[in-house]
Amino acid sequence: MTEMLEISDLTVHFQINQGAIEAVDHINLTIRRGEILGLVGESGSGKSVTSFAILRLIRPPGRVVSGSVHFDGIDLGSLPEEQMRRMRGAKIAMVSQTPRTALNPLLTVGRQISRLLMVHAGLSTREAEKRMLEMLRLVRIPAPEKRANQYPHQLSGGMCQRVMIAMALATSPQLLLADEPTTGLDVSIAAKILDLLRELSAKTGAAIMLVTHDLGVVADICDRVAVMHAGQVVECAPVRELFHNPAHPYTKALVRSIPRVDRDVVLEPIPGSVPSLVNPPSGCRYAGRCEWAMDRCRVSRPPMVEAAPGHVVACYGFEERRGTC
Amino acid sequence: MALVEIRDLQMHFPLGGISGTLARLRGRDEPVLRAVDSVSFDVEAGETLGLVGESGCGKSTVARCLVRLLKPTAGSVRYAGKEIATLDAQTMRPFRRDIQMVFQDPTASLNPRLSVRSMVEEALTLHTKFDAKERRARVEELMQEVGLGRDLLDRYPHELSGGQRQRVNIARAIATNPRFVVLDEPTSALDVSLRSRAILLLEKLREHLGLSYLFISHDLATVKYLASRVAVMYLGSIVELSDTRDLFAKPLHPYTRALLAAVPVPDPDARRDDFTLAGEIPSPIDVATGCRLRGRCPLAKPICAEKPPLKEIAPGRFVACHLVSELSP
Repeated sequence: MTEMLEISDLTVHFQINQGAIEAVDHINLTIRRGEILGLVGESGSGKSVTSFAILRLIRPPGRVVSGSVHFDGIDLGSLPEEQMRRMRGAKIAMVSQTPRTALNPLLTVGRQISRLLMVHAGLSTREAEKRMLEMLRLVRIPAPEKRANQYPHQLSGGMCQRVMIAMALATSPQLLLADEPTTGLDVSIAAKILDLLRELSAKTGAAIMLVTHDLGVVADICDRVAVMHAGQVVECAPVRELFHNPAHPYTKALVRSIPRVDRDVVLEPIPGSVPSLVNPPSGCRYAGRCEWAMDRCRVSRPPMVEAAPGHVVACYGFEERRGTC
Repeated sequence: MALVEIRDLQMHFPLGGISGTLARLRGRDEPVLRAVDSVSFDVEAGETLGLVGESGCGKSTVARCLVRLLKPTAGSVRYAGKEIATLDAQTMRPFRRDIQMVFQDPTASLNPRLSVRSMVEEALTLHTKFDAKERRARVEELMQEVGLGRDLLDRYPHELSGGQRQRVNIARAIATNPRFVVLDEPTSALDVSLRSRAILLLEKLREHLGLSYLFISHDLATVKYLASRVAVMYLGSIVELSDTRDLFAKPLHPYTRALLAAVPVPDPDARRDDFTLAGEIPSPIDVATGCRLRGRCPLAKPICAEKPPLKEIAPGRFVACHLVSELSP
């Protein structure tokens, strides 16, 4: 078994007065060693909740209703909290979308990284300091000795994001969950962060789950892509296959809805909006927005079928279209 | 004559603090941040001019000078032939009807304590002689124009989604029938599917109402879609100004080229231009003399120590680079 992470049948609900928000609905995902998996979809499709669920960071009113997450063969759901705590940061690390709020404003960035090394890797103060500087150098922070003594507010957004990445990678995790790591950054800085992630994954063999809504970022660095809509994974394929032969109507709509620099396009926004996740439609959750929806789509949820080797899609229409040709 | 003409616009902010006080005491010039340093361009009637550049390049400051939220340090801003850079609040007022702005953050730019109706109506109360009934009718017309249901009129900003909030901002900006609208990153805060709808709405309104836009963004793909011409800014100056098609087909200034090369393209087989600049944008406080890109540009030559002028190298194509004749075919 080469799967590093195996998510099976994961369901996460958030209880509110009106009922349960079904934020993640029976999803299955795997990530292999050294692989970069992209997780794409609109806001509210459950991308971030999935990454929090992997780290077991879903707090009430949120609740994992069903499913399991296996990491390196270990069922994370059954680990005692103490052991799970040692997983987080050491084996599975996270880079969040808002680096400035994720960093402690009262500690210098160097202190934050070395403290992490002392806790998780058991290094002495001096060793931790040395390794911290190495990490800052690795993520290409200029003048690391000087920057290590500065506070987050003294660094730019791109610099804070690099500190977050240095921090996440300091303990050589096997899996990095990167939640929109380049959103809000200028293109040239974003390009550097992506290069850095790709390079670090190649160098350390760490797997990366990259949560993003930017298809450009996906095409740029991901090996495989899972497309999420309204809490469900609707399609999963190797990156080339996904862009050349998208099988799900939502994936196709997503690609057609973005302006691009490399060619002239006619913009077609995705029709409708993400359905309410409180008592969502029982069938395919995309049926209400889909131009090819059939009666069957509104009644039962389409199962995942294989469209090509390694390429799975959940769409009745796809099966039908394939049946005819 | 262009609708908006900007010539040698400069906006300096005094740095203040201890260094400012010391400089004053020593009888020296107070240190300033040159946010906008000699910027000139035109916006023709009915066109969309894109203004791109990275954070801190001065694009929002240019916008604020244009709508006179800031008083420029020097230079001229002419709207329909009339100088507005030096007007005071009172004399500027009649122009406010014609020149409007949509801000980046759709939430922060709405008043949380006013309903949608009051916010859109406020512009009409201030700038038109409409009576209450006419205002009502106009507000409803505007809601339809931006694609919002009439049922949203009595809602407050917190009851709206991000996309709806931005539509309210747009409705408010076009309420007084302006001719020129400055759009400062109007789509950046929106999610993918909402973004494409906002882009189409802006395009429809421009055609429908005969508006001219200054569209500010760091999202080059959106600029390519909306703008007919594009100005690229770096550290307070325009480095390239060109027809959109030509700029994206063949960027000439090294900065433009690096900027375009950095945009991730949704095509896994895309061939990438690996042209990159060294380091990061320096602080605009101590800007080097000569070409501002000199320290980061891999093509820099000794001549770059002299400031390159923004030269017209082909009809309608302006580039501020000494080496551009060598760069172009």
